[in-house]
Amino acid sequence: MTSTQLIQLIQSAIVFGTVILYGALGEILTEKSGNLNLGVPGIMYLGGIAGLAASFFYEFNNPAPSPVVCLVLSFVAAFLAAALGGLLYSFLTITLRANQNVTGLTLTIFGSGVANFFGGSLNTMAGGVGQISVATSSAIYRANIANVSHLGVFGSLFLSYGFMVYLAIALAIAMRWFLGRTRKGLNLRAVGENPATADAAGINVTRNKYLATCIGAGISGLGGLYYTMDYIKGTWANDGTIEALGWLAVALVIFAVWRSVNAIWGSYLFGLLFWMYLYIPGLTRSSQELFKMLPYLVTIAVLIFISLRKKQENQPPASLGLAYFREER
Amino acid sequence: MEHTSAIQLKNITKRFGKVVANDSVSLDIRRGEILSLLGENGSGKTTLMNMLAGIYFPDEGEILVNGQSVTIASPKDAFLCGIGMIHQHFKLVDVFTAAENIVLGLEDEGKLDLKAAAGKITDICQKYGFSIDPAKKVYDMSVSEKQTVEIVKVLYRGADILILDEPTAVLTPQETNQLFTVMRNMKADGKAMVIITHKLHEVMDVSDRVAVLRKGRYIGDVATAETSPQKLTDMMVGHAVSLNIERPAPENPTPRLDAKGLTVYDAMGVKRLDNVSFTAMGGEILGIAGIAGSGQKELLEAIAGLQGLSAGASILYRPIGTAEGDQGVELVGKTPLQIKKSGVSLAFVPEDRLGMGLVGSLGMTGNMLLRSYRKGVGFFTDRKAPRKLAEDVMEQLEVVTPGVNFPVRRLSGGNVQKVLVGREIAQEPSVLMTAYAVRGLDINTSYTIYNLLTEQKMKGVAVIYVGEDLDVLLELCDRIMVLCGGQVSGIVDARSTTKEEVGLLMTRFEKEAAQS
Amino acid sequence: MSAVKQHKEPLLRIAKRDGIARSKAYAIRIVAVLLSLVVSGIFIFTVTKLNPLQVYEAMFDGAFGSNRRSWVTIRDAMMLLCIGVGLAPAFKMRFWNVGAEGQVLLGGIVTAGIMLTFGSALPTPALLVVMAAASLLAGCVWGVIPAIFKAVWNTNETLFTLMMNYVAIQLTSYCVALWENPFGSNTVGVINQQTKAGWFPAVFAQAYGLNVILVLALTVGMFLYLKYSKQGYEITVVGDSVNTARYAGINVKKVTIRTMAISGAICGLAGFIAVAGASRTISTSTAGGRGFTAIIVAWLAQFNTFVMILISLLLVFLQKGSIQIASQFNLNDYASSVITGIILFFILGSEFFINYRVIMRSGKEASK
Repeated sequence: MTSTQLIQLIQSAIVFGTVILYGALGEILTEKSGNLNLGVPGIMYLGGIAGLAASFFYEFNNPAPSPVVCLVLSFVAAFLAAALGGLLYSFLTITLRANQNVTGLTLTIFGSGVANFFGGSLNTMAGGVGQISVATSSAIYRANIANVSHLGVFGSLFLSYGFMVYLAIALAIAMRWFLGRTRKGLNLRAVGENPATADAAGINVTRNKYLATCIGAGISGLGGLYYTMDYIKGTWANDGTIEALGWLAVALVIFAVWRSVNAIWGSYLFGLLFWMYLYIPGLTRSSQELFKMLPYLVTIAVLIFISLRKKQENQPPASLGLAYFREER
Repeated sequence: MEHTSAIQLKNITKRFGKVVANDSVSLDIRRGEILSLLGENGSGKTTLMNMLAGIYFPDEGEILVNGQSVTIASPKDAFLCGIGMIHQHFKLVDVFTAAENIVLGLEDEGKLDLKAAAGKITDICQKYGFSIDPAKKVYDMSVSEKQTVEIVKVLYRGADILILDEPTAVLTPQETNQLFTVMRNMKADGKAMVIITHKLHEVMDVSDRVAVLRKGRYIGDVATAETSPQKLTDMMVGHAVSLNIERPAPENPTPRLDAKGLTVYDAMGVKRLDNVSFTAMGGEILGIAGIAGSGQKELLEAIAGLQGLSAGASILYRPIGTAEGDQGVELVGKTPLQIKKSGVSLAFVPEDRLGMGLVGSLGMTGNMLLRSYRKGVGFFTDRKAPRKLAEDVMEQLEVVTPGVNFPVRRLSGGNVQKVLVGREIAQEPSVLMTAYAVRGLDINTSYTIYNLLTEQKMKGVAVIYVGEDLDVLLELCDRIMVLCGGQVSGIVDARSTTKEEVGLLMTRFEKEAAQS
Repeated sequence: MSAVKQHKEPLLRIAKRDGIARSKAYAIRIVAVLLSLVVSGIFIFTVTKLNPLQVYEAMFDGAFGSNRRSWVTIRDAMMLLCIGVGLAPAFKMRFWNVGAEGQVLLGGIVTAGIMLTFGSALPTPALLVVMAAASLLAGCVWGVIPAIFKAVWNTNETLFTLMMNYVAIQLTSYCVALWENPFGSNTVGVINQQTKAGWFPAVFAQAYGLNVILVLALTVGMFLYLKYSKQGYEITVVGDSVNTARYAGINVKKVTIRTMAISGAICGLAGFIAVAGASRTISTSTAGGRGFTAIIVAWLAQFNTFVMILISLLLVFLQKGSIQIASQFNLNDYASSVITGIILFFILGSEFFINYRVIMRSGKEASK
């Protein structure tokens, strides 16, 4: 492998990783509150389509769209649409106490349905598949944060991405700080570990679960936004890729053992594993598919490993997947 | 020293359904004093204190804190009143450190400063004489350390009225002494303290005043210096009440179960059962008395094959009609299924009826199957026999249910117990073990159960009855084995013993440990 | 200390129901479905401005408008039902098998593999038996792996089975690339198009007759297994309370592994039916998300396999109907996922009103 190829591989790994990093960060926040939301793929779909649609309608109706408005509109739309998905999940599982797994899976069906339905309509409006033009928005998402042409290898490796890549890293670090170093973070973790204890300590369990799930969903939705705006350059394709990436995000949460900072390098590693086949000489197309299995296999290995070691810090939040009812008084 | 009143309870009544847990209780808690709240299981001590902690809300009556009438509707309200309760079941997050648990839920301004918190925790520890490492994770802690965290948590929040619910139940004698030292330090600091307990020697040791509850009623309070364990026992158990339970004399009792050297450690490595040996006779009811958690549950589960026993244990079983001198069948080392297959007909009515003895989602028929579903060689279960049995049990024990397929989870407590006992007796057992068989049942159902047990005894079954009401044990059983801290503290003849004697045996070893 | 607030009973209080008449429970569910249809109608109207009733009529036409359409609807419902039936024992044991998708694919892979390899060597009846057996085995292995880890080390089965799906999907992609036909198409194409070796034969002159017979037999069999067999009884006890199971001398580990073997095997067989009985090809969409949808089917039916028939039919009806309105009114067929989602959300939410009562502060009970 030449050094150019290596740089390409790392670049595509980071871009790929960023999509699932958003998904995983949102899900980590959600799971820390004790909610196992299997609706991540659906939520990422919602974020992706909402961001794209907002940009599309704005650019469609404005001959000279302002990049800043494009950015704000699509970003806010993606976050809010995804957070609404989280709100729906929260209402069903927290208030109506529906089963978390089933509700999450339904949200995945619903989210992908809504996104592909409107995505298809957008394609039709734009005059066919691949005709959607959100050039201004896509450009601003894809703009390198620094002029890298004179910075050599360092520049291409570290500075050649859109701002969303760095935002994800910042978010992961901020989340670590929030969960580990703030009162609200401590309270939230207590809710996911032992809601009865949190309740007795005067923490509002319901409020914490709602907030974590909705904000978490919003963050996951940004993964969908990044995918549509940067990864596929502001288009829409009904090919189910977002769904596959969404499940990879769920896997990444386990792989990172519920730690947001681990998810950063974990996501890039997943990206490397995913793209590696392109750079290994002599692979047939069939064995390339086997390579794509790797992220899931290592996740299974991690899952088995943490259940064998039984180290307390590495376990899922203790009340993950369980609804909390205060005992009748 | 002048003792000002911290809390006054006036005519507090609390009902759960038809059960009156506290009946017009009035009580005074004073500053600079340790008050013992004494009473048997189910006398309403914890319920009363939970109303101060904001867990329950009284149906009637008034609570005054520092002379002002207050409403305590939540644990938060209790904190605002300066009341802190240390529950028997610790409310801690396992993966958090001591300091994180202590500051959890506090609405202080500013960022989370665990260093400052640790400093404050160390100050509190030094002031009262305990030691904890603020950075230690709860899952690495011993029970006593967890308790310390709970106490510090309460003090950290500025509580000056502390309620400890049976704090010594989980402690070693040394740890208990440490705790008492801390309590005396807090008393000297002017805090008001309540310790819920039923261990008399601790009452005598640590408290200044004793208030006694019996069956939800307030019996009275005395200064510790002016009383004795004997007088307190009388207040606690009251005079023996005649229940008129029919008790025929055993007909030629024969050894049925021979248990030797039963020792059980729980998952935490705490010894729950300590070298217990006894013989249960066919044709008699062996009562097992003891304060809650003295090893009753472990003993029965060990016999049923559900508890791992330490080496050296032996339980020999001799079925009805075994010749004298016959070795019998060894039960130790067998799974419940192997025990059953080796021809031992062992019936067991466990304490947790729906969680262990029955399948809540199934009806009576489905539950009758639990003991017999393996019968027959076919792939399918035989439904006819259990259905017939369910109908028989329903008729004979007067189970009130819409039908034999109505989920037992939805039946009332008494009916659930009838289904369970009915099924176990239908096995025609030679050993019948029951744990708290009449807990929560009304008088009539209780008598139905007593009669059923006596009937079994007259058939030659060895009946083991774990109970909590001494009056019942004294009138129902032939012999009573008393457990104390996992050990056998005595086996007495139920006909000739007294309530006081059994009561003292229940706390015998603790006294010895405290004296040594 | 004066800050203590007055005690107030909350405006709404929630209490668990002791039990509810079956008729009332169904009434609540029917109300939920009707409400969801109204909401879906609003959705359809806002995006299309079409009369929702007309749309529902078109949907019915799409699902049952012709003999052929009816049979496709039935075939797909049977497929969903088959997976739901496979999931029933696992869920009844409270084992979260979300890995049906992978188990179906594994069954499909071995079926397609055998069809390709032995298509000319064995007569179709023998081929069918071999493929069925192999798919049962493949699904079984895929289900048992997480079960063993759950039984022995208590590894989280929801996450484990979920990951197994994607391993299976990649395995399928691998096989598709391997068996590609024609070369470069990235599909396997219809296997044995000429010889029809290993295809389900027509039964009662219906191409999908065998699918219906097989799946309905499984449905009845699973109902009897869960309700009347000794093993089914053990599953019920373990699902209800592990402690009760131990008390009754049931080997919980053994039951866990055995039940997942059965669950995985039936899902594997669903893969066989999908390949040999319907598509006659293999691709990652052979399972097509049905493994997930079937979880919802099994859960909503509360493990009653006969109720699953109704739910499967309802979901497939929605899907087929939506495809029809999509082409008829120039929408795209993802509308079906939207409508399915809406209806499922309502049914999931309605369970709350079946299990709980909402009590108003005045002491009056809200009726629903």
